[in-house]
Amino acid sequence: MADTLTPVLSDNWDQIRSWQLSSYQRSGGYDALRKALAMQPADVVATVKDSGLRGRGGAGFPTGMKWQFIPQDNPNPKYLVVNADESEPGTCKDIPLMMASPHTLVEGVIIASYAIRASAAFIYVRGEVLHVIRRLQQAVQEAKDAGLIGTNILGSGYDLDVVVHAGAGAYICGEETALLDSLEGRRGQPRLRPPFPAVAGLYGCPTVINNVESIASVPAIIKNGADWFSSMGTEKSKGMTLYSLSGHVTRPGQYEAPLGITLRELLDLAGGVREGHELKFWTPGGSSTPLLTAEHLDVPLDYEGVGSVGSMLGTKALQIFDESVCVVRAVLRWTEFYKHESCGKCTPCREGTWWLVQILERLEKGQGSDEDLDVLLDLSENILGRSFCALGDGATAPITSSIAHFKDEYLAHFENGGCPFDPMASTVFATAGASA
Amino acid sequence: MAENHTTATDKTVPYSTGDSKITDATIAEMREIAARYPVARSALLPMLHLVQSVEGRVTPEGIEACADVLDLTGAEVSAVATFYTMYKRRPVGDYHVGVCTNTLCAVMGGDLIFDRLKQHLDVGNDETTEDGKITLEHLECNAACDYAPVMMVNWEFFDDMTPESATQLVDDLRDGTEVKSPRGATICTWREAERVLAGYPDGRADEGPTGGKATLAGLRLARERGWTAPGGSSNAETPKED
Ligand SMILES: Cc1cc2nc3c(=O)[nH]c(=O)nc-3n(C[C@H](O)[C@H](O)[C@H](O)COP(=O)(O)O)c2cc1C
Ligand code: SF4
Ligand code: FES
Repeated sequence: MADTLTPVLSDNWDQIRSWQLSSYQRSGGYDALRKALAMQPADVVATVKDSGLRGRGGAGFPTGMKWQFIPQDNPNPKYLVVNADESEPGTCKDIPLMMASPHTLVEGVIIASYAIRASAAFIYVRGEVLHVIRRLQQAVQEAKDAGLIGTNILGSGYDLDVVVHAGAGAYICGEETALLDSLEGRRGQPRLRPPFPAVAGLYGCPTVINNVESIASVPAIIKNGADWFSSMGTEKSKGMTLYSLSGHVTRPGQYEAPLGITLRELLDLAGGVREGHELKFWTPGGSSTPLLTAEHLDVPLDYEGVGSVGSMLGTKALQIFDESVCVVRAVLRWTEFYKHESCGKCTPCREGTWWLVQILERLEKGQGSDEDLDVLLDLSENILGRSFCALGDGATAPITSSIAHFKDEYLAHFENGGCPFDPMASTVFATAGASA
Repeated sequence: MAENHTTATDKTVPYSTGDSKITDATIAEMREIAARYPVARSALLPMLHLVQSVEGRVTPEGIEACADVLDLTGAEVSAVATFYTMYKRRPVGDYHVGVCTNTLCAVMGGDLIFDRLKQHLDVGNDETTEDGKITLEHLECNAACDYAPVMMVNWEFFDDMTPESATQLVDDLRDGTEVKSPRGATICTWREAERVLAGYPDGRADEGPTGGKATLAGLRLARERGWTAPGGSSNAETPKED
């Protein structure tokens, strides 16, 4: 049985200047790269596959299998693209990881690129995080200067170039095929699949796209072995991962634990829901994962556990909302986000999110009716599964789940002729008196 | 993707004001950026960041320069520039001040902070103060929710904000008082920040801490309780950042 918290990715974050190469190397950094370069690329892929690592960007696809899909007999260059766009509301794990220890990612990039025999790797990072970009740029430069990136890396004969690429503000560019279009200098709109990126990705060449945390997990797996990794976690959800607690919790932040920990345990570690309040609703993995309630405190936070209660593990972005928060206000705000971020390529999402916002605005003002709830559900049904990409599906998650759990609260808005909540009460600066 | 509905179509795009600062040196840097990629067009997003660092916005001359370097039409470049929210058609102030108003930050106080700043600065969303110093904008989730309510100045983090700390922050920026991000560097200008995004480092990566309190919350608890991953930690016993 592993300890309750198992810092691996976060283990060096309290070290002096942990973002620098010298600090990272003092913590054993780049030992895994030396080990990997002494292995056959196919054995590196096999190790990652055996570890049971699943993608940490939301969907949980097995990482080693994704690497195996790269057709090595394809004569075109192969590419690795790291998805560092982190923009799913509530998600805040990749950014602190890259800030504190960019070399963990860079080492993972070099190993993963070697495994799939990529000639170049791109780290596509959202543009709105200046200091993280500085540290990534510096880490890549330090690695180049140390001969860890470039030609004949550490005498292995393997050549690799790594480019840090800043995006420009668009949630949809986190969707992997939209990201490819964006990285090719176009508007970020999703591509039709098949062909899948493994066959025809960046510039039409075989491409692996992985989340930051997925790639950052690779050095530890290579260094300690597949069995070490799979000794943590649950049967089908292996390893440790970053859980991000935010909102109405005493000590919000990053908690690295084996997959399968529960929200009850995490809240306990984080000092509980803010004092004097109780849990009302939460997201297990960002706003695109259906809302859960206090009823779900003991659900194992792994892919299967969260799936079994009708939601998704997603990005493990645990946004905690207490009883001071109006669920209608919360859902309206997320829906406005999806409307704004809809890329406009397909009708159900482009038009649907627009209508959803119109109706929710009316509901929040207390000007709606029971029928509006049916219209919302009907619209959601028409968006879900009929949209070109998962952004449209995600847009319906807060709506359908909130109506399922909190229908009475929607109704209270009509009865009250407006929102019955005091917006001051949910703030961090609410005083006891002001929240009355 | 502002062009979908009302947001961008109702704003007029300023045409050339005839004082473009794009020079041969800018064009040379654009070519340098293009050379980083196997296919030059991949450089377009960083090149547009470079245009903003030189021009203070995306100008028609900037668009034409990108088009020339990449052998595209101006319309093709424009279509890309209008898709992304970080590219601005109207001049941005020295400091781009963002307030996250996505759900979590909003309920934690972001909405009230944004209202207070609009009043305090006497501007609306995406508008610049008369002195040209501050452009105020509400933001979507900036991946810092464990520090809510979150603000950003020139894309540097400002954590756990209140209406009072927010007004103090913008006053300091306007007065020219040196301002540091609690998880980043001393604040530079928006144009200087855009240059870093274009891929030209400014040597400030070593400023600031490894992370804030929330970043380290789980790790500190693990250290206190002696918890590690199987096989132990190589860092538990070494000197720490404060
Ligand atoms: C609208 C949308 C936004 C997404 N944003 C991100 C993101 O910011 N980061 C990320 O890693 N994956 C994001 N994804 C998931 C990616 O499409 C992709 O599944 C992931 O990067 C694959 O990496 P993984 O297998 O390592 O998880 C997003 C998906 C959608 C539909
Ligand atoms: S679902 Fe939305 S974001 Fe995805 S392709 Fe359609 S319009 Fe674009
Ligand atoms: S919701 Fe504001 S940073 Fe995530």
